[in-house]
Amino acid sequence: MTVGKAWLSAALCLFGLAGSLSPALAENKAPAVSDWTAIEKAAEGQTVQWNAWGGAENINAYIDWVGERMEALYGVSVNHVRLSDTAEAVSRVLAEKAAGRTANGSVDLIWINGENFVAMKERGLLETPGWATLLPNWKYVDVKGKPTVVTDFTVPTDGLESPWGMAKLTFWHDTARTEAGQLPHSAKEIADWLKDNPGRFTYPAPPDFIGSTFLKQLLVETAPEKIDLSQPATDENFAAATKTMFAMLDEMRPNLWRGGQRHPENYPAMKALLADGEIDILFAFNPGEASSGIAAGELPETVRPLPFPAGTLGNSHFVTVPFNAANREGALLLANFLISPEAQIRKENAELWGDPTVLDVASLPEDDRKAFESLPRGPATPSPEQTGPVIVEPHASWQDRLEAEWEKRYVVGG
Amino acid sequence: MRIAPLLALAVIGLPVTAGLAGTVLPAFGFLPALGRETFSLEPFRELFAAPALGDSVRLSLVTGLAAALISLGLAGAFTAAATGTPAFERMRRLLAPLLAVPHAAAAFAFAFLIAPSGLILRLLSPWATGFERPPNVLVIGDPAGLSLIAGLVLKETPFLILLILAALPQMPTTRSRQLAASLGYGRMAGFVFLQWQPLYRQIRLGVLAVIAFSSSVIDVALILGPNLPAPLSVRLAQWMVDPDLSLRFMASAGAVLQLFVTMAAILCWIGLEWLGAVLLAGLRDRGLRFARDAIARAMAVGLPLATALLLILGILALFLWCCAGFWPFPDALPGNWTLRSWRSAWPRLDGPLATTMIAAIASTAIGMILVVLRLATRPSGRPPAALSRGVMWLPLLLPQVGFLFGLQLLAIRTGTDGTYGALILSHLIFVIPYLMIALQDGWAALDPRYERVATALGASPLRTFFAIRLPLMTNALLAAFAIGFAVSVGQYLTTVLIGAGRLPTLTTEAVALAAGDNRRIIAVYALLQTMPPLILFAIAAILPTLLWRNRRAMAA
Repeated sequence: MTVGKAWLSAALCLFGLAGSLSPALAENKAPAVSDWTAIEKAAEGQTVQWNAWGGAENINAYIDWVGERMEALYGVSVNHVRLSDTAEAVSRVLAEKAAGRTANGSVDLIWINGENFVAMKERGLLETPGWATLLPNWKYVDVKGKPTVVTDFTVPTDGLESPWGMAKLTFWHDTARTEAGQLPHSAKEIADWLKDNPGRFTYPAPPDFIGSTFLKQLLVETAPEKIDLSQPATDENFAAATKTMFAMLDEMRPNLWRGGQRHPENYPAMKALLADGEIDILFAFNPGEASSGIAAGELPETVRPLPFPAGTLGNSHFVTVPFNAANREGALLLANFLISPEAQIRKENAELWGDPTVLDVASLPEDDRKAFESLPRGPATPSPEQTGPVIVEPHASWQDRLEAEWEKRYVVGG
Repeated sequence: MRIAPLLALAVIGLPVTAGLAGTVLPAFGFLPALGRETFSLEPFRELFAAPALGDSVRLSLVTGLAAALISLGLAGAFTAAATGTPAFERMRRLLAPLLAVPHAAAAFAFAFLIAPSGLILRLLSPWATGFERPPNVLVIGDPAGLSLIAGLVLKETPFLILLILAALPQMPTTRSRQLAASLGYGRMAGFVFLQWQPLYRQIRLGVLAVIAFSSSVIDVALILGPNLPAPLSVRLAQWMVDPDLSLRFMASAGAVLQLFVTMAAILCWIGLEWLGAVLLAGLRDRGLRFARDAIARAMAVGLPLATALLLILGILALFLWCCAGFWPFPDALPGNWTLRSWRSAWPRLDGPLATTMIAAIASTAIGMILVVLRLATRPSGRPPAALSRGVMWLPLLLPQVGFLFGLQLLAIRTGTDGTYGALILSHLIFVIPYLMIALQDGWAALDPRYERVATALGASPLRTFFAIRLPLMTNALLAAFAIGFAVSVGQYLTTVLIGAGRLPTLTTEAVALAAGDNRRIIAVYALLQTMPPLILFAIAAILPTLLWRNRRAMAA
């Protein structure tokens, strides 16, 4: 064997070794979630690409504040990639997986819930299960009092996503223009009321999440009792469950705002319509929405909640980390900061955002508890009694089918 | 120096060709990255099963044709009525800055004006209309796409008038006018009979570009167009970002369909051209003089002027909304004023503003160098070959989705998506053709004797170029820079796809906000999007007067 050949074989061995070792090395380099000091160290200097719906100004401003705090606390920058539909981020991660990009992905953190979460979970697009429950601030999360923080649209989260806020579908009206007594108090009363008040109601076009939520609210109010909506939707039970619902939507359609020919894109668009008196009813997932709208000068001061005594849908929204996040540690740090008392207190402030906390306020240190209790609730934020009981979300599979059926029926031009 | 003139062509031709291939192959089921290595017609079967696809196609087709027809009608009638009058020169000064208003901002301005709760009805209510609440009528996003067409006409009319203005000096306008007048023809009829056809031949590619753009536009359609269903291009872009990856095949098939739709629109247009020529010949041969055309002339001047004023009024509405406190219908003005919208938007503006400026300055600067290289090294006196002219116009004549989908896949494969390099390169594809349009006529029009004298005095070609050609071209270069800059600022789909969401610009942010319908924040973004190009146009207009204080002929 010549020297040259020896070198060659040695080099080949090395390359071969390096080749087989590199995945293991890569895994070793990424600190485990349980080793929080290592996470903090690795995160420094990272820029987290946070993909989050960007359609509401108050939420965007809150995310900016989070970025400032992350910079100050950990030296982590945050870039808010504004989405008009969370599916865009899911699609991006999927595309990267398909193209073989298993590391260095372009999405670090996603604001997510429901069918988008289920899609990512089923396709194995997320960080190792259990990461969320290993976050240091997890201890404050109200798992017992708010069961939806660990079940997302009836699907167990398995620690694959970390809760960020609570949502409860809430309806409002402008007391200067309408009297609550003459307005509907459930989704199924709307069709009848619209006959005498044509043009005074609309809902965002599904798959906007509030639009889809309105369909689900109508579904849970009208589906026959014998059908269990917490079970996955099938061809048989779907037709039976939605018969009344679609009959009502058909009936509603000609009386909707703009004759149902156009729908607002999302709930913030409905705020402008209510302010101008184009529609009479506004709804959103955040009970503090109208109060923060009043504070921002977008809604008249006379807006008040419209009670739905039989209850409305409620759920939680989350953040999650894709399996190939380039700035995984920064993203974990950010997820942890989002469930810190500091971040949650600011989020629940109705003058800023008004999104209810996922934390167990009673378990917090005294100062934080007092801060929560002294938060401004805002003039249009309903008490729990006013919105009625929380109705749990149907299984995530219902939403996809509802959206598809809705599109089939109504996305047909004149 | 031999390859220098080809550089500009390569920067356009290569990505467009690669992008087309990257779009067409997945349309037939071929995309190894997603594990599909066989060809099939499945994507097209899925595409044709999409609900209301026919309506989307019809919308795209009609929008493209109608926007071009109306814009060309307005621009042509205006030229016929106003050439040789002072109104013509005034219009030029009014239009150039309007060209700088990005499409998305113009669409917002228009929407703020004509919506049922818009400024026009606020000014008229309740005293004239009796409305206490906005009327429940579908104006923005009407299913026929009328407001979309109107919004496009608002932007395309100035574009065509400026193209005409560039072409006119090469035509014997004054002599033709005198000849027609001496035979008793009205001003407009004289122009149409004698000069329209040669003029039209010169601006024809521009008109076809208007059809291609209007039949495949996304940002304006998102703001003003119908959404149940949306025009074809909008639905394609939505499929492209759907979590269901298999939809990408359908989206690519849709992009191929879009190519055909645009082609069909252009074919229809060629039919219309023929029809128009026959009509024109018929009218001309009857010897009709149309001598009393005062009313028609007033309308021909008034209508484009009205569209310009509409745009200006719309921008005024943006100014009102950006600083409005609570402002309910039907109040004509906000009840109180606040800078809250600016304060809340400002912290998030630095990134997009910087990206917008970097992409615009870099792509325009590089584009200028490439275009000037091409013009300077091209043998003078010979018109460009048909092929290179075709390549130059390619990005404007193809629907953007037709090659940007494939280009995005290419960027992802090479890991360059979301980088400034790729973003600037993709903007260049659109900036270069506009720079070429803006520069080539002025370049060719320069009296060759200046350079000949310099050469005769012994100056090297390089010295002649820097000492004679460039200074003499300063005004044209400045104006071209402003146009290229505005084109880059206005890029929507390019930035969304190639920037991969990580390089947001003022335009992508503004269009993303359209969904939220927060009029105050939209106004802030639309205004900010308009300002940099407008300022540049102002500089391009003012700088020559300052630079050439002591050279009166240059300052004009």
